[in-house]
Order: sequence, then structure tokens, then C-alpha cells
Amino acid sequence: MIPVSWYLLLSAFLFACGVTGFLIKRNIITLFMSIELMLNGVNLSFVAFAANLGALDGQIFVFFVMVVAAAEAAVGLAIIISVYRTRETLNVDRVNLLKL
Amino acid sequence: MHLFLFLFFGAVCAGAAVNLLIQRKTINSALSLIVVMGSLALLYLLLGAEFVAVVQVIIYAGAIMVLFIFVIMLLNAGDEEQSKGSNVAKIFGIPSLFAGGIIGIWVLLQHRPEEKLLPIGALYGPADKVGMMLFTKYLLAFEATSVLVLIAIMGAVVLARRSDS
Repeated sequence: MIPVSWYLLLSAFLFACGVTGFLIKRNIITLFMSIELMLNGVNLSFVAFAANLGALDGQIFVFFVMVVAAAEAAVGLAIIISVYRTRETLNVDRVNLLKL
Repeated sequence: MHLFLFLFFGAVCAGAAVNLLIQRKTINSALSLIVVMGSLALLYLLLGAEFVAVVQVIIYAGAIMVLFIFVIMLLNAGDEEQSKGSNVAKIFGIPSLFAGGIIGIWVLLQHRPEEKLLPIGALYGPADKVGMMLFTKYLLAFEATSVLVLIAIMGAVVLARRSDS
């Protein structure tokens, strides 16, 4: 028997790791993986709440989050390839054409 | 047993998430993200969400991470370049992070509802029930996601195409 808050704590920890990675990492692919980590944390809390409330709707939402994550990964990685072709770098600090 | 499984896979999950942050090489970060996703699938199984657990392994750990590793190998992403963090982050960011965390924990401890204990397989949701719900209550959203995926495929093809015409 596990309290639901333990699952939520793990979910919050994963989300916090994702946010930290997004802020401190410089590689654009690692930034993308941090976003995936955040989405995974949110998915865990969806499933934990679904189990807590005894409703299946949370699982459906997790399914939709996964579809959006897949679409985002496909488009985002295509953008990364395109950026690498034009700028020859994966460092986000060097992609600064819009910077004043 | 349930407690042991939760603690073990939760620790693996948290450790791999921290490992993602401290690794310098991109491919090591990607592999630890796969460990996070695999242990999350086992936590979903503990909660009884079989459908989500299987989809997690197939889509996340299978499809999405293969795409990531494929791009890492294609672009030959090696070590991460170091760059100096700004001083504003050091002066204001870290104290405000601690302050925000303490305020958040305090607010959460003020409003603490009664907790329900989840037994193993708490969520009774076999895949056929999820499928029925997906095609009745959430049919419009389901169709909208199919349009979204179609647009994403076309966008990926257009963006990654070599423009030498």
C-alpha cells in the first residue's frame, strides 16, 4: 500500500529535473530530452491521480500527451537537423541571430 | 513487496533522471532517459495501468528514443561545450529557488488532505475499457490527434529536407 503522494513526489522530482536540465544544459538535443523528462513526470502524476480517483480518464490523457510528445519530437528533431545544417553547431548559445 | 518494488523502481527512475543532468555526453543522457522511461513503465504497471505501461515502452522508449539516438548519431554530437553562466543567475536565481521551494513546501503542508493508500494494481483499467472510452467519449480528441500526427509527419519531412532545388 503506497500513499498517492509518494507517486506525486516522484513526479515532481522528475519534472524538477527536467526544468533544471532545460535551464543548465547547452546542447540542443539534451534540452529536448529534458522536455521529454518533464512530460514523463506529468504523465506519472496523471496515472497516479487516475488510480486515486478510480477513473480511467487520466490514462486517456496520458495517451494524448504521448501522441503530442511524439509529434513534437519528430518536428523538433527535424528543426535540430535543419539548424545544424545552417549553423554547424548544437550549442544553443551559438544560435543567436535574433539576439540584439 | 509493493513498497519494495515502488522504492526500487522509484530510486532507479530518480537516479537516472539525475544522471541525465550530470552526464556530459549526449548519448549517455539519452540512455539514462531510456532507463527513466523503462522504470516509469514498471511504476505504471504497479498502479494497474497496463495500457499506459505498454504504450510507454513502445512509443517512448521505443519510437521516440530511437529517433533521438538516431539524430545524435547522425549529427555526431560529442561532448557538450561549456559556457559561463551569467552572474544574475548566481546572485538572484539560487536564493529565489530556495525561497520558492520553501514557500511551496509550506503551502503544501498547510493544505494536506486525507490520503488514500493505493494497493497494487489500484487502477482497474484493462486495455479494452480504455479503448472503448477512447472511441466513444474522447472520439473527437482522438481524431484531432490523428490530424496532428499527419501534420507533424509532413512538417518533419519538409523541415529535414535538403533544400538544394
